[in-house]
Amino acid sequence: MDADRISRSLARIAHEIVERNRGIEELAFVGVRTRGVPLAQRIARVVREITGHEPPAGALDITLYRDDLMRHAVGPQPLVRRTEIPFSIDDKRILLVDDVLYTGRTVRAALDALIDFGRPRSIELVVLVDRGHRELPIKADYVGKNLPTSPSQSVQVQLTETDGRDLVEIRES
Amino acid sequence: MKKDLLGIADLTPDEIHLVLDTAEAMREIGQRPIKKVPTLRGRTIVNLFYEPSTRTRTSFEIAEKRLSADTLNIAVAASSVLKGETLADTALNIEAMAPDMIVVRHASSGACHLLARICRSGIINAGDGMHEHPTQALLDAFTIREHKKRIEGLKIAIIGDLLHSRVLRSNVLLLTKLGADVWLSGPPTLVPPGIERLGVHVTTRVDEAVAEADVIMMLRIQQERMQGAFFPSLREYFNVFGLTRDRVGRARPDVIIMHPGPMNRGVEIASDVADGPFSVILEQVANGVAVRMAVLYLLAGGHD
Repeated sequence: MDADRISRSLARIAHEIVERNRGIEELAFVGVRTRGVPLAQRIARVVREITGHEPPAGALDITLYRDDLMRHAVGPQPLVRRTEIPFSIDDKRILLVDDVLYTGRTVRAALDALIDFGRPRSIELVVLVDRGHRELPIKADYVGKNLPTSPSQSVQVQLTETDGRDLVEIRES
Repeated sequence: MKKDLLGIADLTPDEIHLVLDTAEAMREIGQRPIKKVPTLRGRTIVNLFYEPSTRTRTSFEIAEKRLSADTLNIAVAASSVLKGETLADTALNIEAMAPDMIVVRHASSGACHLLARICRSGIINAGDGMHEHPTQALLDAFTIREHKKRIEGLKIAIIGDLLHSRVLRSNVLLLTKLGADVWLSGPPTLVPPGIERLGVHVTTRVDEAVAEADVIMMLRIQQERMQGAFFPSLREYFNVFGLTRDRVGRARPDVIIMHPGPMNRGVEIASDVADGPFSVILEQVANGVAVRMAVLYLLAGGHD
């Protein structure tokens, strides 16, 4: 996917969100660090262009909720970054945003983390790429592109905000 | 990181910054409605305190609970230490019950190093004698960095009972590693011989230490560790070395005033300074929880 495909996918997702949700005021985006955060902000901006109202967008770091964190007794711990959700999620309709949906374990951790912040009315999942190979019963509500992959491949997402350019590519690892 | 945190002496500048950066993330957890993450679920942490402590022990316990560890406190008065058991035997008995980490405070310098050699559990030094108190220095650095956005190049004055202070040793090691300009001041009887070899300035004139300082850190007069007459009287000490509003006026206009606690008001610090606009003393206490959460998290994946 190049920059143009990425921005058209995000625009389509924003339109779908507006179409399916009548009360825009109840919507709030939460991006999963790292690349879910700029994606959430971009979709929120498109929602504003369509409706005139920009839903708030927060950032969630799921490191402390990972299910593989303490399974290996030794080794450096993954870096923990700040979670910033500067609004109450109580009774909101939360759109959880991540770049790639793969095993579903990140989403599981993100759901646990979100619930610690309050009781949203609903949580829906938005991903730029769904590459399959789920290990948990999780599915996305809004998908930019379905990319059939084999487990030996890796999907690399680059975004201007974090990597200097917009690009999605599959690599053999 | 290693499995133990015995002192700042063992940490690299990169490791210090990693702890401080991780503490930034940990602090946010304390502002949530549910102040708890599942990270250390199923881990057991023993707080083994051979010396009285309110702040440090409470701070560690809250940090452990916010990370979902199972914690247990052993206070010396209620333990077999009174029946004559040695430190090593007590530790080995606790270790036989398979805790993951032991947080230790002890009156003897080096007690934590001894335990780290004989125990498989991670050992965290919560203050050993007159040697080190690494988590205090880390939370002090976190507080300074938050206010000044840097540590390198700051003029930092540390004043008071330098001789008996483990907080001083850990702070000097940390602040010089990160490139601060550290000035120490106190009565000549309370200056450890050779301390300037650690790369700090030493002066008996408090006014020289605080002049244009970015940070002033006051140390408690530790009367419980003093067996001789180190100065004529507490009143005279306050007049010559106490931090007054007048002295604060010699520092930079954006100076911050720190104290590791417990404070002796009217001895090392005037009451109106301790409660005044430049004081960040209670922020230090609040930051202590976040810094200890960071240390516990990082050491949980540590190894030899």
